[in-house]
Amino acid sequence: MGDVLVFAEHQGGHFPKTTLVAIHAGLELAKKRGGNAIAVVAGDAPEGAAGEIAKYGVSKVIALAHPALKNYLADAHAQALAALAKKTGAEFLLATATAMGKDLFPRLAARLGAPMASEITAISDDHTFVRPTYAGNVMATVELDGPIKVLTVRGTAYDAAKPGDALAPVEKQDAEIDTASLKMEFVSFNATKNDRPQLTEARIIVSGGRGLKSGENFKTVLEPLVDEMGAAMGASRAAVDAGFVPNDLQVGQTGKVVAPELYIAVGISGAIQHLAGMKDSKVICAINKDEEAPIFAVADYGLVADLFKAVPEMAEEVKKLKHS
Amino acid sequence: MKILVPVKRVPDPATTIRVLPDGSGIATDNVKWVINPFCEIAIEEALRIKEKQTGEVVLVSVGQTNWQEQLRTGLAMGADRAILVKTDAPLDSLAIAGILAKIAGDEKPDLIILGKQAIDDDANQIGQMLAEMLGWPQATFASKIEIGADKTTVVREVDGGLETIAFKLPAVITTDLRLNEPRYASLPGIMKARKKEMKEIAADSLGLDLAPKLKVKTMAAPPKRQAGRKVASVQELVAVLHTEAKVI
Ligand SMILES: Cc1cc2nc3c(=O)[nH]c(=O)nc-3n(C[C@H](O)[C@H](O)[C@H](O)COP(=O)(O)OP(=O)(O)OC[C@H]3O[C@@H](n4cnc5c(N)ncnc54)[C@H](O)[C@@H]3O)c2cc1C
Ligand SMILES: Cc1cc2nc3c(=O)[nH]c(=O)nc-3n(C[C@H](O)[C@H](O)[C@H](O)COP(=O)(O)OP(=O)(O)OC[C@H]3O[C@@H](n4cnc5c(N)ncnc54)[C@H](O)[C@@H]3O)c2cc1C
Repeated sequence: MGDVLVFAEHQGGHFPKTTLVAIHAGLELAKKRGGNAIAVVAGDAPEGAAGEIAKYGVSKVIALAHPALKNYLADAHAQALAALAKKTGAEFLLATATAMGKDLFPRLAARLGAPMASEITAISDDHTFVRPTYAGNVMATVELDGPIKVLTVRGTAYDAAKPGDALAPVEKQDAEIDTASLKMEFVSFNATKNDRPQLTEARIIVSGGRGLKSGENFKTVLEPLVDEMGAAMGASRAAVDAGFVPNDLQVGQTGKVVAPELYIAVGISGAIQHLAGMKDSKVICAINKDEEAPIFAVADYGLVADLFKAVPEMAEEVKKLKHS
Repeated sequence: MKILVPVKRVPDPATTIRVLPDGSGIATDNVKWVINPFCEIAIEEALRIKEKQTGEVVLVSVGQTNWQEQLRTGLAMGADRAILVKTDAPLDSLAIAGILAKIAGDEKPDLIILGKQAIDDDANQIGQMLAEMLGWPQATFASKIEIGADKTTVVREVDGGLETIAFKLPAVITTDLRLNEPRYASLPGIMKARKKEMKEIAADSLGLDLAPKLKVKTMAAPPKRQAGRKVASVQELVAVLHTEAKVI
């Protein structure tokens, strides 16, 4: 009783920061409940990756193996995790609300007939959690009843778990999957070309909005600043909808939620749906030519200026600072 | 092809949301109610598929009597008929998905298209739960759907790029923002919608266990972020970020 199974999402054996956030939340929940946090690494040959996550403070790592877990597919993964949850008698299943976590966990909850709270940001007690709703305008406290409870945690709600010296034991288990019942087929993954830090990992994010006016301007005006700062690049929905930048750069209620140390919003008005994705950043800075733009209401530092003049100047200033 | 589209009624995304002082809900005076934007995208996609291949588009809502307004709008967009499963009780996601699974069992659609998320409760759960309950494939966050003679292919918006998966129908698909641009209801569409079938079913009559396993205890406004100050120049901005905020 009281154990927390943390789904440790990996990308070909590498654990992104978002996974370490789930581990951290899992450790905290297990402590509150007096149980153990157990990491689960799924794959066709997950042992290597499992060894990697063993140093992050969990009590045990389960390497859940099956040929059908080679590529992520919701039906096979939900079957494997549900069977494991029942076998271990865990009380909580937890993952970060990444694209994969969001896709998998509701299916898993339904398979277990267990209640699920999405994107929690705080653990009130062992069955009560806080989650943002209405684009972050309403914090709802929800109570879950039942022997198994399913949770996703927001990727910005906890710091990444830190590695220690102790290594948790790794236990290999063959996943229980009824392969005849599987109906989904992985075809391909088309990665967005990106040599910059991931949005969900970056210390600094520079985001552009409709004010940039074109994809070309993202390249020639914004990207030099992004790269000078070693930042990740983000965008508003309007910029993505207009085709200026790829879809997965969208920050906001219906895109990615980020909370870097520094978020610089350039030519973004600050609609509530955009704020929902970045208002927990440590320092927010906005460049906008309209001094009434709502983004200034959340910005620590605001500069009212034409971005086409200010952004190249800023790239120069940052460069000077680096060389001083 | 028969397509079922579950539809949720939500506050217009442009509405400023205020929490009631007692934390029991949101203030609903001055709220304009609309079809959840992702459900509009789902209706549009269903209509486009139907227009290519013939078939029927059936809308379904689990909600109160006034949800008829949004169903009527969906009918005016071009859907063929609507079902309102009536309830005043607060339901959790499992219960709503369970009701939709029951309706799917009766209607036997080839495809169910939902929004990826409702922009009020932001749960992002119902489609995935429904797929599991029916034992069907799921394709969430769809940005392109191709229905082939044998297989359906869906391009999904995932972290770091686009993923393509394939399966045979029946299946559950949830819509992302850039799947299509929904049409507006035309005047003739609105006229026609008045005569289209709107069936009401009492949720209690379905013989399902709807007791919530998840309860909303309270709702509260988040802490407000303080506005900072304006700086006069790029030089000052870079200087304060360096010396005061110490982030660069
Ligand atoms: C269902 C739904 C979901 C949504 N989800 C999201 C989401 O996840 N993320 C998101 O971002 N939005 C989302 N939106 C959209 C959101 O409501 C806004 O429409 C969007 O954020 C606006 O983008 P923007 O600020 O780039 O554009 P605009 O609002 O058009 O703002 C452009 C800004 O650029 C400034 N500007 C123009 N030229 C210059 C210049 N030369 N120099 C300096 N400043 C300049 C203008 O003053 C203006 O403030 C969603 C909307 C809906 C309905
Ligand atoms: C503030 C608040 C928070 C809540 N949080 C949770 C929670 O974390 N877990 C939980 O189990 N319950 C929760 N509930 C209970 C509530 O009933 C939710 O509506 C339910 O969980 C579904 O979440 P959602 O509306 O965000 O739908 P999502 O899963 O985000 O919706 C996806 C799609 O499902 C379809 N859909 C959703 N609702 C309906 C409906 N009623 N009729 C027809 N189609 C529909 C639509 O196509 C929609 O686009 C919450 C309620 C409130 C008021």
